[in-house]
Amino acid sequence: MEFKTCVFYFLSTILVLAALRVVTARNPVHAALYLVLAFFNAGGIWLLLSAEFLAVVLVMVYIGAVMVLFLFVVMMLDIDFKKLREGFWRYLPMGATVGGLLAVEMALVLGGRYFGLDAMPEPAAKAADYSNTQELGRVLYTEYAYPFELAAFVLLIAMVAAVSLTLRRRRASKYIAPEVQVAARHEERMTLVKMAAEKKKPAGDEAAEAGAGGGR
Amino acid sequence: MNFAAPDFFPAAAEIFVAVMALAVMLSTTFARNIARSLAYALAQFTLLVTAFITIFTLDTVVINDFGGMFVHDLLGGILKLVVCFAMMIALLYGRAYLAERRLDRPEYYLLALLMMLGMMVMITANHLLPLYIGLEMMSLSLYALAAFDRDNACSTEAGMKYFVLGALASGLLLYGMSMVYGATGALELPAVAQAVAGQTANKTVLLFGLVFLVAGISFKLGVAPFHMWVPDVYQGAPTPVTLILSSAPKLAAFALALRLLAVALPGLAGHWQTMLMLVAAASIVLGNLAALVQHNIKRMLAYSGISHMGFMLLGLLSGGGGTADSTIVAYSGAMFYAIAYALMTLAAFGMVMLLSRAGFDAGEIEDFKGLNRRSPWFAVLMLFVMFSMAGIPFFIGFFAKFAVLEAVIAAGHLWLAALAVVMSLIGAFYYLRIVKLMYFDEPLDNAPISASPELQLMLSVNGVAIAALGLMPGTLLSLCRTALAASSITG
Repeated sequence: MEFKTCVFYFLSTILVLAALRVVTARNPVHAALYLVLAFFNAGGIWLLLSAEFLAVVLVMVYIGAVMVLFLFVVMMLDIDFKKLREGFWRYLPMGATVGGLLAVEMALVLGGRYFGLDAMPEPAAKAADYSNTQELGRVLYTEYAYPFELAAFVLLIAMVAAVSLTLRRRRASKYIAPEVQVAARHEERMTLVKMAAEKKKPAGDEAAEAGAGGGR
Repeated sequence: MNFAAPDFFPAAAEIFVAVMALAVMLSTTFARNIARSLAYALAQFTLLVTAFITIFTLDTVVINDFGGMFVHDLLGGILKLVVCFAMMIALLYGRAYLAERRLDRPEYYLLALLMMLGMMVMITANHLLPLYIGLEMMSLSLYALAAFDRDNACSTEAGMKYFVLGALASGLLLYGMSMVYGATGALELPAVAQAVAGQTANKTVLLFGLVFLVAGISFKLGVAPFHMWVPDVYQGAPTPVTLILSSAPKLAAFALALRLLAVALPGLAGHWQTMLMLVAAASIVLGNLAALVQHNIKRMLAYSGISHMGFMLLGLLSGGGGTADSTIVAYSGAMFYAIAYALMTLAAFGMVMLLSRAGFDAGEIEDFKGLNRRSPWFAVLMLFVMFSMAGIPFFIGFFAKFAVLEAVIAAGHLWLAALAVVMSLIGAFYYLRIVKLMYFDEPLDNAPISASPELQLMLSVNGVAIAALGLMPGTLLSLCRTALAASSITG
C-alpha cells in the first residue's frame, strides 16, 4: 500500500471513531473534545487532497474559535444533557431502520460505479508552488462575487433572526442614571406630607374581625 | 484568465432592496423612538421603488449577467413585480394587527425586506448556487417570521417545525443539486441542460438527483406528500406572517421549479412529469378532502392552498415534450394560476385580519357567521374570494383552473383532469359553507368592523380585482405567455 493511502486510512479511522464518540459520549465536554479531534483529522484529509487552505481554515476557525466558544458555552450554561438525550434509545430502532433502508436503497442505485476513478479520473497534480489560497481568493472575488455577497446576506439574516427572537431588555433591573442622581436637590429628596391622625380601633372590633377571618 | 466586471444595471432592483434593507437596519437602530413606523414606511417605500425599477427595466431581451449566474428576462421581471405587490399588500394588511399586539418591531420589516431579496435572487437565478442561496435567504427569514410572536407557544412551535422540516428539505434539494453537478459537471442552468441533451451526463446519477430535486421543490411549494408542515405553520404563525407565507413565497417556489425543471432539465421532462403527476394528484385529493373537516379558517385555507398548488403543478407538468408552443401555453397556465392564487390568498387572509381586533383573533370559521349583517360590502367581497377559490365562473380562479385543465387535456392526461374536476367539485363545499355562514346564520358577535381604513380600502381593491380580472382574464394570461415566450425556456 502506498504511503498516502496508509495516511488516509489512519486519519479516516480516527475521524469516524471520534465522530461516533461525539454522539455517544455521556459527558458533553468529552463530546466537544472528540469533535475537536474529528475536525483535526478532517483537516488532515483535506491536506491529503492538497486543499491546504480549507485544512488551515478548518483548524483555525472551527477548532480555534467555534469549538473553544462551544466549550465555554457547555461549561458555563447549566444544560441538562440527560434531558436532551431523552428518547434517544426509544427512537433509535425506528430511526436506524429508516436510515439504514435509505442508505441501502441509495447504495443499490448508485453504488460506487459512477463515482469511481474510471468515471471521475484523478486531476493532474499541481506544481509544488501552486497556491491554493490565491486561486480560491481570485475566483471568490471575481467570478463568484455575486453568490459570495449573497452568502454574506444569509449570515446577516441569521444574525437578525437570532437577535430578534432572543434579545430581551430587562425591565426589572434598576439602572442608575448618574446625571439625574447628581442633579438632585435636597428639596426633592424628601417631602413632608401632613396627614390626619388615626385612632386605634377598640379591642372588641379586632377580635370580631379575627373571628370572621378564621371562619372563612 | 481575464475577468470583466459585471454590468450592475440589470440587477438594479436587487441591489436597491439590499441597500435599503441595510438602511432600515441602521436607521431603526439610531431612531429608536420612531423605529416602528419608520421601518414600515421605509419597507413600503422600498417595495414601491423596486416595483417602479422593475417596470422600467422590463424587457423582452434576455441578458445574462454576473458571469452567467444572473438572468434578466421578462419572466423574472413579471414574477418580481407580482412578488413586490404581494409583499406590499401583505405588509399593509398586517400593519394594524401587528401594532395591536406590539409585534411590529422593526425586525419584522427588516426580515420581510431580506426575504424579498431572497425571492428576487431565486427568480433571477441562472445558476444552481444563487438559486440555492436565494432559497435559503427566503426560508431563513420565514422561519424567524413564523416564530416572531416569541411569547406565544403556538408561534414558537410553528417556527420550530418549519425550521426543522425546512432544513431537511433544503438538504434534500442541495443533495439533488450536488448529484446533478456530479453528473453534468456544470452549475449554470443552460450548461446543465446542454450536458443532459448531449448525452454526456450519466443518466442514473441524474435521475437519482432529480428525485431529490422534486422532493425539495414539492416541500417548498407545500404539496402532498411533503405538506406536513403547511397546516401547523399556517395556524401557529401570526396571521400577517401566514399571509406573507401563503402568497409571495409560492411565486418564488414556482420560479424555482420552473428554473430547475424547465430550464435546466428539460431533457428529463418525461421523468419529472410523472413524479409531478403523482404529487399533483395526491395534493388535490388530500387538500380538498382534509379541508372539508377543518373548523379553523387558517387551517382550512392551508389545506385549500395545498390543493391549489397541486392545480398549479398540473400546468407545470403538461409542458415539455410537446411542441414549443404547447409548452409555453402549459407553463403560462401554471404561472397564471400562481398569480391568481396569490391574489386570492391575500384577500382571504386579509378578511381574517379584517375581522380580528385587539385581543381577538378571528381564527374559527364560525367567526364569519352573519357577516352580511355586520358589513354587507365585506360579505360580498368574501363571497368573491370564496367563489373564485372554488373555481366558479366568472372569477379569476375559474380561468386559472380552466387554463391548467386545458393544458392537462392537451398533454393527454384525461384521468388527471377528471380527478381534478371531481375533487374541485367536492372542494366547492367548504368554500360555499363559508358563504352560507355569512348570509344565512346569526352573527356570534355584533361588534362593528373596526379595521383600519387603509386595510378596508386595499381589501376592497383586492376583492374587486378578483372579480374584474375574472371578467378580462385575457390580459394577464397573454402577459404570462409573452413572458414565457421571451424567456430562455424552450419546448
